[in-house]
Amino acid sequence: MKPAIVLALLACLFPLAMQAMDQDFYISFATRVLIYAMAAASLNLVLGYGGMVSFGHAAFFGAGAYIVGILAVEGVSSAWLAWPAAVGVAALAALAIGAVSLRTRGVYFIMITLAFAQMMYYVFVSLKAYGGDDGVALPGRSSGFGVDLRGDLAWYYLVLALLGGVLYLLHRLVHSRFGRVIEAIRENETRAAAIGYPVYRYKLLCFVISGAIAGLAGALIANQSVYVSPSLLHWIQSGTLMIMVILGGVGRFWGGPLGAVLLLTLEETLSGTQMLGPYSMHWQLAVGAILLAVVLFAPQGIAGLIARRRGA
Amino acid sequence: MLELKGVSKRFGGVVATDRVTLDVAQGEVHALIGPNGAGKTTLIGQISGALAADAGEIGFLGSDITKAKQHERVKAGLARSYQITSIFKRFSVLDNLALAVQARSGSSFSFWRPVAAEAALFEEARAIAAEVGLSEKTSSLAATLAHGEQRALEVGLALATHPKLVLLDEPMAGMGPEESARMISLIGRVRAKVTVLLVEHDMDAVFRLADRITVMVNGRVIATGSPEEIRADTEVRRAYLGDELAA
Amino acid sequence: MSWILFLEQLLNGLQFGLMLFLLAAGLTLVFGIMDMINLAHGSLYMIGAYLMASFAQATGSFWAALPLALAATALVGAALEVSVLRRLYERDHLAQVLATFAIILIANELVRLIWGSQPIMLNAPAGLTGPVELPGGVQYASYRLVIIGVGSAVALLLYVLVTRTRVGMLVRAGASNREMAVAMGVDIRRLFTGVFALGAALCALAGAMLGPILAVQVGMGENILILAFVVIVIGGIGSIRGALVGALLVGLVDTMGRSLLPIAFALIFRPQVASNLGPSVSSILIYVLMAAVLFLRPQGLFPARG
Repeated sequence: MKPAIVLALLACLFPLAMQAMDQDFYISFATRVLIYAMAAASLNLVLGYGGMVSFGHAAFFGAGAYIVGILAVEGVSSAWLAWPAAVGVAALAALAIGAVSLRTRGVYFIMITLAFAQMMYYVFVSLKAYGGDDGVALPGRSSGFGVDLRGDLAWYYLVLALLGGVLYLLHRLVHSRFGRVIEAIRENETRAAAIGYPVYRYKLLCFVISGAIAGLAGALIANQSVYVSPSLLHWIQSGTLMIMVILGGVGRFWGGPLGAVLLLTLEETLSGTQMLGPYSMHWQLAVGAILLAVVLFAPQGIAGLIARRRGA
Repeated sequence: MLELKGVSKRFGGVVATDRVTLDVAQGEVHALIGPNGAGKTTLIGQISGALAADAGEIGFLGSDITKAKQHERVKAGLARSYQITSIFKRFSVLDNLALAVQARSGSSFSFWRPVAAEAALFEEARAIAAEVGLSEKTSSLAATLAHGEQRALEVGLALATHPKLVLLDEPMAGMGPEESARMISLIGRVRAKVTVLLVEHDMDAVFRLADRITVMVNGRVIATGSPEEIRADTEVRRAYLGDELAA
Repeated sequence: MSWILFLEQLLNGLQFGLMLFLLAAGLTLVFGIMDMINLAHGSLYMIGAYLMASFAQATGSFWAALPLALAATALVGAALEVSVLRRLYERDHLAQVLATFAIILIANELVRLIWGSQPIMLNAPAGLTGPVELPGGVQYASYRLVIIGVGSAVALLLYVLVTRTRVGMLVRAGASNREMAVAMGVDIRRLFTGVFALGAALCALAGAMLGPILAVQVGMGENILILAFVVIVIGGIGSIRGALVGALLVGLVDTMGRSLLPIAFALIFRPQVASNLGPSVSSILIYVLMAAVLFLRPQGLFPARG
């Protein structure tokens, strides 16, 4: 519990420090990191704890974003309406996709989730009224909290609070009976069924919960950029989320958030600075190389390395 | 307690179980023996619900469970252990057993309360660990156990669901004489509370424990009876037992 | 709706389907034999197209450049297999997904480094840029007919290779039961490298042939990769026959759906509804097809593993 409190404190002080150092840009950057931390944590639930290699997670993330975007464009800007709607639609999409996909195993499951997510991508691309391929800008951030969320500081703290809440709920979930069963299913699905668990139901519920949280993260990203585009649903985006999870540590509680921090910071550092010299626009190459190295040589991710150091 | 009528299963061109008819009476230890490939594990799979029977009926405690799903059968009191060890390797022994206990004690669609707080679950898990001789190893990771201990955990998992009938698929597979002796006495203790359908190759164990024996060859039942009857049956001797009993 | 348009779209679908088959064939073999998910397959397609464009520029001839591009890409594929992919066979699917995803990132950036971010030109072979008159008075691009010809020839060759030769038998044995193949003394390592190189060459062929029609640009692999996945899922993993049937199905449904569905919709719905609905439905058509096939046959149409 203690490291969590220290982290929370640091996170609270961070934007104030940035303001003091006249580096306001990083507050917005940090907010983006927090949102992706939520998305990655939701993927870690289904991927790390549940063992379901879902390659279509971006579909729920992007769908949530689009619901907020569409509602905003149509004049509905209240967070109390738009955000639950985003979560609801993402959960429904997860229910539909999960119900069909979870009847398959292994390689088929991965490819089906991928294909269904692409299907959703094309659905949103085809919405000419909302920008089609280019996406659409929102008239502004959601309202309803009594504070003007256009200000970076207020927005940062709201996102931080939401992330904190989500992580707390996930913590309880993972340690509950449900969490135990999900991990057992990941470890040995046949035996879990043989001792009496209706495995399909548990997997589906886990899938839906994970999708719902991704939807919330999507609602937040729409607000963050004040823009939604179909690229949020592209399978490359799903891949990015998976990279975060493995960098951070698959199946370890802080894996998602840690991976988000790592990847986005890496991206920011490599593309922004002169570290790679004239090649800095090719920072993706470095990301690819690092990812490959991690997969081949440190598959437990950073959280795994830390745990090993601690002797866990 | 358990009644099979004409249960059959084929995989492509191979007939694994061929119109198998047998019954298991309450309180008995019923052994199922036969050469490798006789279809014993397939039959166990069909009884437990992991495999769907192509034909035939399976009745348990008076109800027809032929179409019942696996978890429904477990709820009804049917449990199974695996020939090839199938445990939760990265869980501790205690957590393994607690999982099985959890399955039958209330709903696991519970998202808030930490499992660690449920003392009753773990107490029961400890009791089962004691019964299968794993009291010393409750906090060890299942993957670190010796083979014999893993087999004991295997049986423990099946027993933890509080079954009325337990299907033990070669519990002594790969065990040395000392471990086998322990498993035999375990089954001896267990039989007081649970009816047992035991698949085994270890003839010593079979003749010591079984009240009745059914012999399967090539997917078909060729004989059922008391140990003495089976020992004397000429067809069984020819097909399976052969020289093993000459000693 | 004219008969000419229908025929034209039918041929386009056939052409696209055959090219998809080239990609899917390599992919399904890798899946079937090595049980490995290889996202980098699309990158080989892209590399093949880029190499083809460079060789075509260097030699000034399409047909001279083609074998060079195939050989070069096969070498890249083999090198990739020996250096990186070999380590992934024993790993779980997640590791394979992530590692090959990393390769996509690296490949995309390397291509950008070498050839720049702008799409590059790949011209159809001289003499094939014009249309040809088919029986019935239909004008059809001669180059596309060549693609159909090449695709069919390769499909036939692959069929012969896989069903009639010793190597093919080994491949099929490996696809249905790897352990058995190893137990029977097959040099699995060389077989794998060979299968990979062949798959890479097929990707290059598809990339080279489609280059003049679609753009040769970074990221072209990702779009077609997902179609190849749908093909294998529909056809059944590990099966060449499934890959062919699946590819033709997907090629036809996708191509004809995109052009004919909006027309059909325009007849039924009001123009505003039709213009919105048409493209949306046609782009998700193949995924609906995939879901339908899986519903009836969860292992695909011709699963290699019994």
